[in-house]
Amino acid sequence: MRITQGTFSYLPPLTDEEIRAQVQYALDQGWPLSVEFTDDPHPRNTYWEMWGLPMFDLHDAAGVLYELGECRRAYPDRYIRVNAYDAAKGRQTIALSFIVGRPAVEPGFRLDRQEGADRRIRYTAHPYAADRPAGARYREA
Amino acid sequence: MAAEPALDADAVVDLAGARQGSGVDEVLAALDTELVGLAPVKTRIREIAALLLVDAERSRFGLTTSRPSLHMSFTGDPGTGKTTVALRMADLLKRLGYLQRGHLVAVTREELVGQYVGHTAPRTREVLKRAMGGVLFIDEAYYLYRAGNERDYGQEAIEILLQVMENQRQDLVVILAGYSGRMDTFFQANPGMSSRIAHHIDFPGYSLDELERIGTLMVGQAGYRLSPDAESVFRDYLARRMTQSRFANARSVRNAVERARLRHASRLFDLPATLSLEDLMRLEPADFLASRVFRDES
Repeated sequence: MRITQGTFSYLPPLTDEEIRAQVQYALDQGWPLSVEFTDDPHPRNTYWEMWGLPMFDLHDAAGVLYELGECRRAYPDRYIRVNAYDAAKGRQTIALSFIVGRPAVEPGFRLDRQEGADRRIRYTAHPYAADRPAGARYREA
Repeated sequence: MAAEPALDADAVVDLAGARQGSGVDEVLAALDTELVGLAPVKTRIREIAALLLVDAERSRFGLTTSRPSLHMSFTGDPGTGKTTVALRMADLLKRLGYLQRGHLVAVTREELVGQYVGHTAPRTREVLKRAMGGVLFIDEAYYLYRAGNERDYGQEAIEILLQVMENQRQDLVVILAGYSGRMDTFFQANPGMSSRIAHHIDFPGYSLDELERIGTLMVGQAGYRLSPDAESVFRDYLARRMTQSRFANARSVRNAVERARLRHASRLFDLPATLSLEDLMRLEPADFLASRVFRDES
């Protein structure tokens, strides 16, 4: 099951050239960018691990693409996303965030039903991959 | 970007048109009029511009040309215009389509080298990322390498620099600048660096005539004018200043002009009379004669 989070996630995967264009757009808006990765892509997992510090004062997308390349090399089997932060007063939030890398196989989520008192049922979306230890979740078996 | 189909072998291309379209001539003309002297530097820049233009036309015929390496080293005495030329170079390379942005990031050792183990690599990489799409100008580059201290983190910065200079050639141009003698020692100690730099450009010192023209340009740019008497005094001033210690070519000229402006202002300050535009613009011999340069001699 293909994970859909952030902008462009219903489109086919972006090519590097398309990523470069999006990153350059963000830079032209004055938004600093950062690269993050995770192997726990649950929708409620907001805080992915940072790949290095956010990149300030960049002019050209090449710097972000360089870090992205390094991150892909180190973590070929994780989800990777690019965030652009808008520091403008009154905004101060992520303005653009999109997935730029994903593992080859995405097993998806199963729905857990937990019986509670009074026949209540609690539902949990549980990623199949989370049953394996962190770091080995999306690695080929 | 879709590649255009290659032209037929018997087609002709319009090099002059491409030259005009790129706006290269404006930069080269500005270089000629605004920068005095520096003949070898200008020649080299013209050659680089020509190469890139011709390469662009060649590629339209489908001739594969490897992207030329344009990392440079600028050597020369203080105040010979290394930083200024680097700025122009960034603009020129952008117009020729070699660089995406054409901004200049000027750094020295402090911005590249860290203070403790593991601090240098991220620091250097951050600077390199900021410079991507433009020119990274490393002033006084020889400070990166400290001979006799093997544990100096400068070496680490140099290694990262070399790696990026080689692998990210399409993204940035590195210009190392510094005074001639010490740069030579630096390149001897780092042969890898020397061989990765295609263009070693030496900035010659200025002659008295050139300094005078620089001074006149600076005075004009600041909105002043030299009175006829002041012109000869100014020339005399420069001739004396050249022989003295700590002479920094154009930078010394600029300082001289700045100080003349100060004296000019304080001279007018004490005048009770009303002033005309001419008074406000004209520098007199007295503004230069009060200088320490004339006093030392007598």
